[in-house]
Amino acid sequence: MEHTIASLEHEHHVGGGKKEIMKVTLILSVLTLVELGLGYSMIGMADGLLKHFIKGVICILMLAKAFYIVGYFMHLKHEVRNLVMTVIVPLFLFVWFIVSFLADGNSYKILKNNYDRHHKDASMQKVEKKPEGHGEKE
Amino acid sequence: MTSATTASATKLWSGGKSPFNVEYGKLMMWYFLMSDAFTFGAFLIAYGTTRFATNGWPNPNYVFNSFPGMGAGLPLLFVSLMTFILIISSVTMVLAVHAGHDMDKKTVAKYLILTILGGLAFLSCQAWEWTHLHSEGAWWGRNPFLNADGTASTTNFTNFFFTITGFHGFHVFSGVCINIIMLIMTLRGTFERKGHYLMIEKAGLYWHFVDLVWVFVFTCFYLI
Repeated sequence: MEHTIASLEHEHHVGGGKKEIMKVTLILSVLTLVELGLGYSMIGMADGLLKHFIKGVICILMLAKAFYIVGYFMHLKHEVRNLVMTVIVPLFLFVWFIVSFLADGNSYKILKNNYDRHHKDASMQKVEKKPEGHGEKE
Repeated sequence: MTSATTASATKLWSGGKSPFNVEYGKLMMWYFLMSDAFTFGAFLIAYGTTRFATNGWPNPNYVFNSFPGMGAGLPLLFVSLMTFILIISSVTMVLAVHAGHDMDKKTVAKYLILTILGGLAFLSCQAWEWTHLHSEGAWWGRNPFLNADGTASTTNFTNFFFTITGFHGFHVFSGVCINIIMLIMTLRGTFERKGHYLMIEKAGLYWHFVDLVWVFVFTCFYLI
Protein backbone atom coordinates (compact mmCIF):
# COMPACT_ATOMS: atom_id res chain seq x y z
CA MET A 1 0.00 0.00 0.00
CA GLU A 2 2.68 2.44 1.07
CA HIS A 3 4.66 1.61 -2.05
CA THR A 4 1.66 2.22 -4.27
CA ILE A 5 0.92 5.61 -2.78
CA ALA A 6 4.56 6.64 -3.10
CA SER A 7 4.75 5.58 -6.74
CA LEU A 8 1.63 7.64 -7.47
CA GLU A 9 3.11 10.80 -6.09
CA HIS A 10 3.82 12.57 -9.34
CA GLU A 11 0.13 12.27 -10.25
CA HIS A 12 -0.79 15.32 -8.20
CA HIS A 13 1.46 17.74 -9.98
CA VAL A 14 -0.21 17.28 -13.36
CA GLY A 15 -2.67 20.04 -14.22
CA GLY A 16 -4.84 21.78 -11.67
CA GLY A 17 -3.79 24.87 -9.83
CA LYS A 18 -5.97 27.56 -8.32
CA LYS A 19 -5.99 29.55 -11.54
CA GLU A 20 -7.49 26.66 -13.46
CA ILE A 21 -10.12 26.15 -10.75
CA MET A 22 -11.16 29.79 -10.96
CA LYS A 23 -11.26 29.69 -14.74
CA VAL A 24 -13.51 26.61 -14.75
CA THR A 25 -15.75 28.16 -12.08
CA LEU A 26 -16.17 31.20 -14.29
CA ILE A 27 -16.93 29.06 -17.36
CA LEU A 28 -19.52 27.02 -15.45
CA SER A 29 -21.20 30.16 -14.11
CA VAL A 30 -21.34 31.79 -17.53
CA LEU A 31 -22.74 28.62 -19.13
CA THR A 32 -25.40 28.42 -16.40
CA LEU A 33 -26.33 32.07 -16.92
CA VAL A 34 -26.63 31.53 -20.67
CA GLU A 35 -28.83 28.46 -20.03
CA LEU A 36 -31.04 30.49 -17.72
CA GLY A 37 -31.21 33.31 -20.25
CA LEU A 38 -32.35 30.83 -22.91
CA GLY A 39 -34.82 29.38 -20.40
CA TYR A 40 -36.30 32.82 -19.80
CA SER A 41 -36.45 33.50 -23.54
CA MET A 42 -38.65 30.41 -23.97
CA ILE A 43 -41.32 31.61 -21.54
CA GLY A 44 -44.55 32.20 -23.40
CA MET A 45 -43.01 31.07 -26.69
CA ALA A 46 -45.25 28.97 -28.92
CA ASP A 47 -44.14 25.40 -29.69
CA GLY A 48 -42.25 25.36 -32.94
CA LEU A 49 -38.92 25.06 -34.63
CA LEU A 50 -37.32 27.94 -32.71
CA LYS A 51 -38.27 26.48 -29.34
CA HIS A 52 -36.89 23.08 -30.31
CA PHE A 53 -33.71 24.77 -31.51
CA ILE A 54 -33.28 26.59 -28.17
CA LYS A 55 -33.87 23.34 -26.30
CA GLY A 56 -31.16 21.73 -28.44
CA VAL A 57 -28.75 24.54 -27.63
CA ILE A 58 -29.51 24.12 -23.91
CA CYS A 59 -28.69 20.39 -24.20
CA ILE A 60 -25.37 21.19 -25.85
CA LEU A 61 -24.53 23.70 -23.10
CA MET A 62 -25.47 21.02 -20.55
CA LEU A 63 -22.96 18.62 -22.11
CA ALA A 64 -20.33 21.39 -22.09
CA LYS A 65 -20.91 21.89 -18.37
CA ALA A 66 -20.65 18.14 -17.80
CA PHE A 67 -17.34 18.15 -19.71
CA TYR A 68 -15.87 20.89 -17.52
CA ILE A 69 -17.04 19.30 -14.26
CA VAL A 70 -15.77 15.82 -15.17
CA GLY A 71 -12.63 16.98 -16.96
CA TYR A 72 -11.37 19.58 -14.51
CA PHE A 73 -13.16 19.30 -11.16
CA MET A 74 -13.04 15.51 -11.22
CA HIS A 75 -9.60 15.72 -12.81
CA LEU A 76 -10.37 13.13 -15.49
CA LYS A 77 -8.63 15.17 -18.18
CA HIS A 78 -5.35 14.68 -16.36
CA GLU A 79 -5.69 10.93 -15.83
CA VAL A 80 -4.06 8.17 -17.88
CA ARG A 81 -5.78 7.69 -21.24
CA ASN A 82 -6.63 4.03 -20.64
CA LEU A 83 -8.43 4.92 -17.41
CA VAL A 84 -10.37 7.68 -19.16
CA MET A 85 -11.45 5.23 -21.84
CA THR A 86 -12.70 2.60 -19.37
CA VAL A 87 -14.96 5.25 -17.84
CA ILE A 88 -16.06 7.15 -20.94
CA VAL A 89 -16.52 4.42 -23.56
CA PRO A 90 -19.31 2.52 -21.69
CA LEU A 91 -21.19 5.81 -21.36
CA PHE A 92 -21.59 5.91 -25.13
CA LEU A 93 -24.38 3.36 -24.59
CA PHE A 94 -26.40 6.43 -23.71
CA VAL A 95 -26.38 7.50 -27.34
CA TRP A 96 -28.31 4.36 -28.22
CA PHE A 97 -30.49 4.65 -25.11
CA ILE A 98 -31.54 8.19 -25.94
CA VAL A 99 -32.12 7.66 -29.65
CA SER A 100 -34.05 4.40 -29.38
CA PHE A 101 -36.06 5.06 -26.24
CA LEU A 102 -37.20 8.54 -27.25
CA ALA A 103 -38.08 7.25 -30.73
CA ASP A 104 -40.00 4.40 -29.12
CA GLY A 105 -41.90 6.80 -26.86
CA ASN A 106 -42.76 8.96 -29.83
CA SER A 107 -43.91 5.98 -31.90
CA TYR A 108 -46.09 4.79 -29.01
CA LYS A 109 -47.72 8.22 -28.85
CA ILE A 110 -48.44 8.24 -32.58
CA LEU A 111 -49.84 4.70 -32.57
CA LYS A 112 -52.03 5.41 -29.57
CA ASN A 113 -53.38 8.60 -31.09
CA ASN A 114 -54.14 6.79 -34.36
CA TYR A 115 -55.74 3.65 -32.99
CA ASP A 116 -57.25 4.80 -29.68
CA ARG A 117 -59.52 7.68 -30.62
CA HIS A 118 -60.89 7.89 -27.11
CA HIS A 119 -57.41 8.46 -25.74
CA LYS A 120 -56.81 11.21 -28.27
CA ASP A 121 -60.15 12.94 -27.67
CA ALA A 122 -59.67 12.75 -23.89
CA SER A 123 -56.22 14.31 -24.16
CA MET A 124 -57.59 17.14 -26.31
CA GLN A 125 -60.29 18.01 -23.78
CA LYS A 126 -59.44 21.31 -22.14
CA VAL A 127 -60.09 21.52 -18.42
CA GLU A 128 -62.55 24.35 -17.76
CA LYS A 129 -61.50 25.58 -14.38
CA LYS A 130 -58.03 25.39 -12.93
CA PRO A 131 -57.82 23.42 -9.66
CA GLU A 132 -57.71 25.37 -6.42
CA GLY A 133 -54.77 27.04 -4.88
CA HIS A 134 -52.15 27.79 -7.50
CA GLY A 135 -50.74 31.16 -8.56
CA GLU A 136 -52.55 32.97 -11.32
CA LYS A 137 -49.63 33.85 -13.55
CA GLU A 138 -48.70 31.97 -16.68
CA MET B 1 1.78 13.07 -21.30
CA THR B 2 -0.12 11.45 -24.16
CA SER B 3 3.02 10.69 -26.13
CA ALA B 4 4.63 9.21 -23.03
CA THR B 5 1.59 6.99 -22.54
CA THR B 6 1.64 5.63 -26.07
CA ALA B 7 5.41 5.15 -26.08
CA SER B 8 5.28 3.05 -22.93
CA ALA B 9 1.97 1.37 -23.72
CA THR B 10 3.46 -2.10 -23.65
CA LYS B 11 5.59 -1.41 -20.61
CA LEU B 12 2.50 -0.08 -18.81
CA TRP B 13 1.15 -3.58 -18.28
CA SER B 14 4.39 -5.46 -17.75
CA GLY B 15 4.20 -5.01 -14.01
CA GLY B 16 6.05 -3.02 -11.43
CA LYS B 17 3.83 0.01 -11.65
CA SER B 18 0.23 1.08 -11.51
CA PRO B 19 -1.03 1.05 -15.13
CA PHE B 20 -3.78 3.57 -14.47
CA ASN B 21 -1.59 5.63 -12.18
CA VAL B 22 -4.35 5.95 -9.60
CA GLU B 23 -4.91 4.38 -6.29
CA TYR B 24 -7.29 1.39 -6.05
CA GLY B 25 -9.99 3.24 -4.10
CA LYS B 26 -10.10 6.09 -6.55
CA LEU B 27 -10.39 3.75 -9.53
CA MET B 28 -13.26 1.92 -7.86
CA MET B 29 -14.91 5.24 -7.06
CA TRP B 30 -14.79 6.04 -10.78
CA TYR B 31 -16.44 2.74 -11.64
CA PHE B 32 -19.05 3.20 -8.94
CA LEU B 33 -19.84 6.66 -10.30
CA MET B 34 -20.09 5.23 -13.81
CA SER B 35 -22.68 2.70 -12.61
CA ASP B 36 -24.49 5.44 -10.71
CA ALA B 37 -24.55 7.48 -13.91
CA PHE B 38 -26.40 4.58 -15.53
CA THR B 39 -28.92 4.53 -12.71
CA PHE B 40 -29.64 8.22 -13.08
CA GLY B 41 -29.52 7.86 -16.85
CA ALA B 42 -32.14 5.11 -16.69
CA PHE B 43 -34.42 7.35 -14.64
CA LEU B 44 -33.98 10.30 -16.96
CA ILE B 45 -34.50 8.20 -20.09
CA ALA B 46 -37.68 6.72 -18.58
CA TYR B 47 -38.80 10.29 -17.98
CA GLY B 48 -37.91 11.31 -21.54
CA THR B 49 -39.64 8.29 -23.05
CA THR B 50 -42.81 8.96 -21.08
CA ARG B 51 -42.71 12.61 -22.06
CA PHE B 52 -42.32 11.70 -25.73
CA ALA B 53 -45.21 9.24 -25.41
CA THR B 54 -47.59 11.78 -23.86
CA ASN B 55 -49.71 14.31 -25.73
CA GLY B 56 -49.39 17.21 -23.28
CA TRP B 57 -47.03 18.15 -20.48
CA PRO B 58 -47.15 20.83 -17.74
CA ASN B 59 -45.15 23.99 -18.27
CA PRO B 60 -42.24 24.01 -15.78
CA ASN B 61 -42.18 27.81 -15.80
CA TYR B 62 -45.71 27.72 -14.45
CA VAL B 63 -45.22 24.88 -11.95
CA PHE B 64 -41.93 26.00 -10.45
CA ASN B 65 -42.47 29.73 -10.16
CA SER B 66 -42.27 30.49 -6.45
CA PHE B 67 -39.52 31.87 -4.27
CA PRO B 68 -39.62 31.78 -0.46
CA GLY B 69 -40.95 35.08 0.88
CA MET B 70 -41.53 36.52 -2.58
CA GLY B 71 -44.65 34.67 -3.69
CA ALA B 72 -45.37 33.22 -7.11
CA GLY B 73 -44.75 34.43 -10.64
CA LEU B 74 -40.96 34.07 -10.54
CA PRO B 75 -40.06 31.24 -12.89
CA LEU B 76 -36.55 29.76 -12.80
CA LEU B 77 -35.39 32.05 -10.00
CA PHE B 78 -35.36 29.57 -7.11
CA VAL B 79 -33.84 26.76 -9.15
CA SER B 80 -31.09 29.14 -10.33
CA LEU B 81 -30.23 29.75 -6.70
CA MET B 82 -30.10 25.99 -6.06
CA THR B 83 -27.91 25.46 -9.12
CA PHE B 84 -25.43 28.12 -8.07
CA ILE B 85 -25.29 26.80 -4.50
CA LEU B 86 -24.32 23.39 -5.85
CA ILE B 87 -21.72 24.78 -8.29
CA ILE B 88 -20.11 26.88 -5.56
CA SER B 89 -20.02 23.94 -3.13
CA SER B 90 -18.34 21.93 -5.88
CA VAL B 91 -15.71 24.66 -6.20
CA THR B 92 -15.03 24.69 -2.46
CA MET B 93 -14.62 20.90 -2.65
CA VAL B 94 -11.97 21.25 -5.40
CA LEU B 95 -10.21 23.80 -3.22
CA ALA B 96 -10.29 21.35 -0.29
CA VAL B 97 -8.73 18.63 -2.48
CA HIS B 98 -6.17 21.18 -3.67
CA ALA B 99 -5.27 22.10 -0.09
CA GLY B 100 -4.97 18.39 0.65
CA HIS B 101 -2.17 18.11 -1.93
CA ASP B 102 -0.28 20.77 0.01
CA MET B 103 -0.95 18.86 3.28
CA ASP B 104 -2.60 22.02 4.60
CA LYS B 105 -4.89 20.67 7.30
CA LYS B 106 -6.47 23.99 8.30
CA THR B 107 -7.42 24.97 4.74
CA VAL B 108 -8.80 21.49 4.00
CA ALA B 109 -11.02 21.76 7.08
CA LYS B 110 -12.14 25.27 6.13
CA TYR B 111 -13.18 24.31 2.60
CA LEU B 112 -14.80 21.08 3.77
CA ILE B 113 -16.95 23.09 6.19
CA LEU B 114 -17.94 25.44 3.35
CA THR B 115 -18.78 22.43 1.15
CA ILE B 116 -20.92 20.89 3.88
CA LEU B 117 -22.73 24.22 4.37
CA GLY B 118 -23.36 24.40 0.62
CA GLY B 119 -24.79 20.88 0.66
CA LEU B 120 -27.04 21.69 3.61
CA ALA B 121 -28.18 24.89 1.90
CA PHE B 122 -29.11 22.90 -1.20
CA LEU B 123 -31.01 20.32 0.86
CA SER B 124 -32.87 23.12 2.66
CA CYS B 125 -33.86 24.63 -0.68
CA GLN B 126 -35.11 21.27 -1.85
CA ALA B 127 -37.02 20.70 1.38
CA TRP B 128 -38.70 24.07 0.91
CA GLU B 129 -39.56 23.36 -2.70
CA TRP B 130 -41.03 19.94 -1.91
CA THR B 131 -43.05 21.36 0.98
CA HIS B 132 -44.33 24.13 -1.25
CA LEU B 133 -45.32 21.74 -4.06
CA HIS B 134 -46.94 19.44 -1.52
CA SER B 135 -48.98 22.34 -0.16
CA GLU B 136 -50.17 22.96 -3.72
CA GLY B 137 -51.42 19.39 -3.88
CA ALA B 138 -48.53 17.81 -5.78
CA TRP B 139 -47.11 14.50 -4.58
CA TRP B 140 -46.52 10.98 -5.85
CA GLY B 141 -49.81 9.99 -7.44
CA ARG B 142 -51.28 13.51 -7.27
CA ASN B 143 -50.86 16.18 -9.91
CA PRO B 144 -52.78 19.44 -9.52
CA PHE B 145 -51.13 21.06 -12.55
CA LEU B 146 -52.61 21.22 -16.02
CA ASN B 147 -50.73 20.68 -19.25
CA ALA B 148 -49.29 23.75 -20.93
CA ASP B 149 -52.19 23.68 -23.44
CA GLY B 150 -54.84 23.59 -20.71
CA THR B 151 -55.69 19.89 -20.99
CA ALA B 152 -55.70 17.49 -18.05
CA SER B 153 -52.28 16.15 -17.09
CA THR B 154 -51.32 12.72 -15.81
CA THR B 155 -49.51 11.93 -12.57
CA ASN B 156 -46.42 10.95 -14.57
CA PHE B 157 -45.20 14.52 -14.23
CA THR B 158 -45.16 14.60 -10.42
CA ASN B 159 -44.12 10.96 -10.08
CA PHE B 160 -41.00 11.51 -12.17
CA PHE B 161 -40.24 14.86 -10.60
CA PHE B 162 -40.36 13.62 -7.01
CA THR B 163 -38.63 10.33 -7.77
CA ILE B 164 -35.72 11.83 -9.67
CA THR B 165 -35.15 14.97 -7.59
CA GLY B 166 -35.66 12.80 -4.51
CA PHE B 167 -33.03 10.32 -5.65
CA HIS B 168 -30.69 13.20 -6.37
CA GLY B 169 -31.46 14.79 -3.00
CA PHE B 170 -30.66 11.46 -1.35
CA HIS B 171 -27.28 11.55 -3.09
CA VAL B 172 -26.69 15.08 -1.83
CA PHE B 173 -27.62 13.93 1.66
CA SER B 174 -25.19 11.01 1.58
CA GLY B 175 -22.55 13.33 0.10
CA VAL B 176 -22.99 15.69 3.04
CA CYS B 177 -22.65 12.74 5.45
CA ILE B 178 -19.47 11.60 3.70
CA ASN B 179 -18.07 15.12 3.81
CA ILE B 180 -18.84 15.38 7.54
CA ILE B 181 -16.92 12.14 8.12
CA MET B 182 -14.04 13.56 6.04
CA LEU B 183 -14.10 16.71 8.15
CA ILE B 184 -13.96 14.74 11.40
CA MET B 185 -11.09 12.61 10.08
CA THR B 186 -9.25 15.74 8.93
CA LEU B 187 -9.67 17.49 12.27
CA ARG B 188 -8.52 14.38 14.15
CA GLY B 189 -5.38 14.33 12.03
CA THR B 190 -6.04 10.92 10.47
CA PHE B 191 -4.87 12.00 7.02
CA GLU B 192 -1.90 13.87 8.41
CA ARG B 193 -0.74 10.68 10.09
CA LYS B 194 -1.36 8.69 6.90
CA GLY B 195 0.76 11.19 4.99
CA HIS B 196 -1.79 11.92 2.25
CA TYR B 197 -5.27 13.32 1.74
CA LEU B 198 -6.33 10.89 -1.03
CA MET B 199 -9.52 10.09 0.88
CA ILE B 200 -10.67 13.69 0.36
CA GLU B 201 -10.19 13.20 -3.38
CA LYS B 202 -12.51 10.20 -3.40
CA ALA B 203 -15.15 12.07 -1.40
CA GLY B 204 -14.59 14.96 -3.81
CA LEU B 205 -15.27 12.75 -6.83
CA TYR B 206 -18.58 11.71 -5.31
CA TRP B 207 -19.49 15.30 -4.50
CA HIS B 208 -18.70 16.52 -8.02
CA PHE B 209 -20.78 13.69 -9.40
CA VAL B 210 -23.75 14.95 -7.37
CA ASP B 211 -23.21 18.37 -8.93
CA LEU B 212 -22.91 16.76 -12.36
CA VAL B 213 -26.20 14.91 -11.98
CA TRP B 214 -27.90 18.14 -10.94
CA VAL B 215 -26.76 19.71 -14.22
CA PHE B 216 -28.80 17.05 -16.03
CA VAL B 217 -31.77 17.01 -13.66
CA PHE B 218 -31.96 20.81 -13.71
CA THR B 219 -31.94 20.89 -17.50
CA CYS B 220 -34.43 18.07 -17.98
CA PHE B 221 -37.01 19.22 -15.42
CA TYR B 222 -36.78 22.98 -15.24
CA LEU B 223 -35.44 24.18 -18.57
CA ILE B 224 -36.76 21.97 -21.35
